[in-house]
Amino acid sequence: MADTDHATPDSDVQAGTPWGRTLRGLLRWEALLVVLLLASIAYGASVSPYFLEWTNLFFIGLNVGEIAIIALPLTLIIITGEIDLSVASMLGLTGLFMAELFKHGWPIWPAMGAAIVLGGVLGAFNGFLITRIGLPSLAVTIGTLTLYRGIAQGVLPSDTISGFPQGLGSIGVVPIPHTHISYSVAIFAGLAVVFGIVLHATPLGRAIFAIGANQEAAFYSGIRVKRIKFWLFVLSGMVCGLAGVLWTLRFASARYDSGIGLELFVVTAVLLGGVSIFGGRGTIVGVVLAVAVLGCLQTAMTADLIPAQDQNIVVGGLLLASVIVPNLGDIYRRTRARLRTAAARRQAAVSMRREAG
Amino acid sequence: MTSVAQEQGVVETRSGSHALAEFLARFRELGIVLALVIVVGATTIDNHLFLSAANVQQILAGSAIIALLAIGETIVIITRNVDLSIGSVLGISAYATGVLYVHHPNVSLAVVFAVALAIGAVCGAVNGLIVTVGRVPSLVVTLGTLYIIRGIDGAWAGGNQVNASMLPDSFNRIGYATVLGIPYLGWIAIIAVAVATYAMRSFRTPRDFYAIGSDPDAARLAGIPVGSRVFLAFVLSGAIAGVTGALWLSLYASVDAIAGVGYEFQVIAAVVVGGVAIFGGSGTVLGAALGALLLYSINTALVVVNVSSFWSTALAGGLLLAAIAFDRLIALRVAPAMRTRRSARG
Repeated sequence: MADTDHATPDSDVQAGTPWGRTLRGLLRWEALLVVLLLASIAYGASVSPYFLEWTNLFFIGLNVGEIAIIALPLTLIIITGEIDLSVASMLGLTGLFMAELFKHGWPIWPAMGAAIVLGGVLGAFNGFLITRIGLPSLAVTIGTLTLYRGIAQGVLPSDTISGFPQGLGSIGVVPIPHTHISYSVAIFAGLAVVFGIVLHATPLGRAIFAIGANQEAAFYSGIRVKRIKFWLFVLSGMVCGLAGVLWTLRFASARYDSGIGLELFVVTAVLLGGVSIFGGRGTIVGVVLAVAVLGCLQTAMTADLIPAQDQNIVVGGLLLASVIVPNLGDIYRRTRARLRTAAARRQAAVSMRREAG
Repeated sequence: MTSVAQEQGVVETRSGSHALAEFLARFRELGIVLALVIVVGATTIDNHLFLSAANVQQILAGSAIIALLAIGETIVIITRNVDLSIGSVLGISAYATGVLYVHHPNVSLAVVFAVALAIGAVCGAVNGLIVTVGRVPSLVVTLGTLYIIRGIDGAWAGGNQVNASMLPDSFNRIGYATVLGIPYLGWIAIIAVAVATYAMRSFRTPRDFYAIGSDPDAARLAGIPVGSRVFLAFVLSGAIAGVTGALWLSLYASVDAIAGVGYEFQVIAAVVVGGVAIFGGSGTVLGAALGALLLYSINTALVVVNVSSFWSTALAGGLLLAAIAFDRLIALRVAPAMRTRRSARG
């Protein structure tokens, strides 16, 4: 997104000079994210002397684990030019489903598996409406955001389910033995590698970019657009199911409103990671960096005693910035072009008058 | 869809299913009224108190809030955009109204509504500016401002609450008083829908909204100032949400930092159920308002027939999905009918 490849070549003369090229290299989106990451770490370290200790880093990972995991399939979906706003509701409903099964006497492991399967079903419903009926993903996932959350609310309006087995419940809150890494971060790291390879080094990944760049061209070059999109939504659902399981274990309880509003953070992570909201562009590395930025910033703000609501202002602002900043070049160029045309017109008028005189 | 069907305006004999599809597309409002009659009828048979004056007034007042918001959302959706921030705008405007009364108990109603309108219009202008100048999808922009405005509201309100006792009776009256058996809020919504319906049909600028939503590029080529029209749509939506915030306070008589959370989904559901195409370019304010009335009636009916009101969220989502799927299927049926007729004529 940040690179100016899409700009018309003659619009920026400087881009050709060596200086321009270096500048452009430095301005790559990922470089910007690294700077942002260092800045938020510096902010955190200045707020609390314990910020850079292992325990705190563990908690940062724990806090963003689910968001990070959900961001991966959403990255692929947004690259194809679609969106999934129902992720947080799928997380809530699958977590609740697992807890309900457990309450009704299921052993915990099959209950976890069932939650992931349910996630797949919920995602398949999204995918069916979008690819088979042909509805816009925005409208469908706004609908299922409400529907899935509403089902969770109808099933369990006010209670909280808790009392998970001690040993398993603790994987949500303790690091993997002999390390300082939480289970969710380890899962995220593994998934990120897989998603990164699939997206950047396989035909499937190229197909995903091709769909986002031009859906019709992709279709006519033999890419099964609908099938790929459908399975991406199923994947998103299953990963949300996994995140729902982790979320439930982390809080050792399930409520209907688990993870409500989380879609803001997930969408922010993906777009801040440099994935174009119009589809066709983005990298997993960028999203990983963006997740790290969000995690550090959030923990730093909490250490700075900034209330959660004010943090939402910052995250919302980051979301806006991450879509506006890549467009700044275009806005500048458009304004300049408009001014130039106006100036040229004025000059032409002046010279014509002179000739006439 | 509706507008195209109306312009065609010729009745010819054609296959039954196409005729049915086109009928449904054309008379969306009638369909909603029919659904409303069924819901009300069935619930009344179950419990005759559903049609009691008090309950009907409660339904009218409550749905008026959603219907007003739906007017603004309809305008935005018709331009092929979406405004997710209206719930937050309603919240901050309601709180501002309450705080205004706490600090200046004798302030006049006109000033109060002017302030509410201004707050809403500013929020809408911010949305519109970012969408049009930044050329950023409205979905992302208003998702961001949904949380930003709510965050500002929360930071301002903290844990405070404004209660009915701090509000003057002249203001609270708007929420509970009735004229001819219909609550003030109901009248306000009816008048607003009438004005908006007339404007959306007859004036040039609102027709531009439809043109932009049908095909933004064609609209631009036709000389419509797309940017400023979309900006205007967001300002209108924000301003309406702002005024509705003040009305909301008069109805519920107490406000804290979470007023109006989640309203955007109810409103979008109402608008879409009311036949406004989510891809823009077609739909009516009247349909959206009837959608709001239907949705609110069903919610109340659920309570009456002893289904937990906690299911109302799921219902809004389910209805939204059913409505867009229904529209899509109708469109698939109507499109070939239109095409054959056009080619027969040409």
